[in-house]
Amino acid sequence: MENASSHFHEKVRWRWLEIVFWLCTLLPFVVTPNYLSLASQIAITALFALSLDLILGYAGIVSLGHAAFFGVGAYAAGLFSKYYFSEPLTGLALAGLLSGVVGYAMSHVIVRFRHLALIMLTMGFGLLLHEAANSASGLTGGADGLQGVRTGTLFGFKFDMFGRTAYAYSLAVLFLCFLACRRIIHSPFGLALRGIRENATRMPAIGAPSLAHLRKSYTIAAVMAGVAGALLTHTTSTVSLEVLSFGRSADVLVILILGGAGRLYGGIIGAIIYMVARDQFSGINPQYWYFWIGLLLVAVVMFLPNGILGGLSALYKKSK
Amino acid sequence: MLSTKNLNKSFGSLVVAQDIALELPKGVRYALIGPNGAGKTTLMNLMTGMLRPDSGQIFLDEGAETEEITSLRPHQRVKKGLARTFQINTLFPQLSALESVALAILEREGISGTWWNSLPSYRNAIDEAQGILKSLGLGNDSFRMTKELAYGRQRLLEIALALATRPRVLLLDEPAAGVPKDESAALFEAIANLSRDLTILFIEHDMDVVFRFASRIIVMVSGRILVEGPPEEIARDERVREVYLGKAHVAA
Repeated sequence: MENASSHFHEKVRWRWLEIVFWLCTLLPFVVTPNYLSLASQIAITALFALSLDLILGYAGIVSLGHAAFFGVGAYAAGLFSKYYFSEPLTGLALAGLLSGVVGYAMSHVIVRFRHLALIMLTMGFGLLLHEAANSASGLTGGADGLQGVRTGTLFGFKFDMFGRTAYAYSLAVLFLCFLACRRIIHSPFGLALRGIRENATRMPAIGAPSLAHLRKSYTIAAVMAGVAGALLTHTTSTVSLEVLSFGRSADVLVILILGGAGRLYGGIIGAIIYMVARDQFSGINPQYWYFWIGLLLVAVVMFLPNGILGGLSALYKKSK
Repeated sequence: MLSTKNLNKSFGSLVVAQDIALELPKGVRYALIGPNGAGKTTLMNLMTGMLRPDSGQIFLDEGAETEEITSLRPHQRVKKGLARTFQINTLFPQLSALESVALAILEREGISGTWWNSLPSYRNAIDEAQGILKSLGLGNDSFRMTKELAYGRQRLLEIALALATRPRVLLLDEPAAGVPKDESAALFEAIANLSRDLTILFIEHDMDVVFRFASRIIVMVSGRILVEGPPEEIARDERVREVYLGKAHVAA
């Protein structure tokens, strides 16, 4: 018979599988040293998906405009290192801060809506920012992208073409943000977010300021998405308009749904599958790449409504 | 404890609350009865702020003072000590019973915005949650997911969640709705055993239960309060008989 505290301890505990998973993220350095650039792209996408998971998987906010924050972070980091200071960590912090401010401002509108209106709103904000960045070509380079971004050294390591520094940097930031997310979901605030997802009507009836909770989660997610965007800028030394595109918002949603929302690792697993599949399939035939991802998405949503991780966890529970 | 003054609410041309004036003193167990569509749940929604009245005021006693709460949002009224349960289970399906009640306690204590401390470190809240569940006979169900609980247990969890907010006034919307008759008696027994300081207003259709557990009864018909008084008086009241028996005659 478990006692009351251990019921909570059990959920917070690090599982062996988790430790093994994070150790495995180091494998690309030795096993696939030629793919470190891809690995770093995956880590960045995983962080982006993780930030979406915080609002979608935990608080139940569906967003089709999450790239807005990714883009704000990417441009902020790009402009900062081009014009002021090329040291990446400062730029990273600044990008996170700026996208957090944008997220906080937007959250006042976003959290008042649900369902279709929410999807349209987030999409609308995303399109607005995309077009704004396109128009402000003097600042952002418009459709040509922001050129001449220089990323300085990180603790004396240069960002070279092999991507060693890039992957180490992206992975470290992903891991730190993951730790923060893990902390958040196992905190009182995380429980409140799950409460909102599970029953938004009941929350006010137990005295919960739901809108304040939602604003906070939206802001935290925006910071993380901005950090992911800054990582992309630092590791590629360029910012293209695509960072703000609708496609990027849609992709990250697909990634999270494939992996499984509301379980922290869903976005990461989704990012690995999606990015590796894209790399392989588009190598064979670039036009048909979305055919396969479409097929995979239909199959997952039909047969594994909780995503690939949800399916695996159900399988594991059955076998016990 | 809780009072309303000239509360009015209409949906279009349908009047659902008309000049509702009530005063619920401390510790009294009120039953709110009336035929379907009389506006009983609407009244609860008005009191808890889930609906806004077209006119009128709502007051809640705070110690010796009386405070108007008409403009407060639902979660703010809960903070003032006014809690409710729902006729249709309004729970957190994928949280365990213990998590659900702990959440309500953390909200009450104002620490639900804390995101840097881990849940197990809130021993007091967890123990209190477990205590509330035990007091309602849910001690053995606390670790199970809400959606896996039997229906009758879920009805008890409804009450546990409201109690976790430490209310001074508790509004129960058909607490035994859908529960078999023998279980419903046990459920009301649990309600009757709640602290005597608690003011309770419950909606119920089963007259046996109403007359057994209520110290006063409010009868509502078409958005108006028909009569309010102790059970003996209500049982003798001609108008009440007409509302209930009149309907029975028609049915016969």
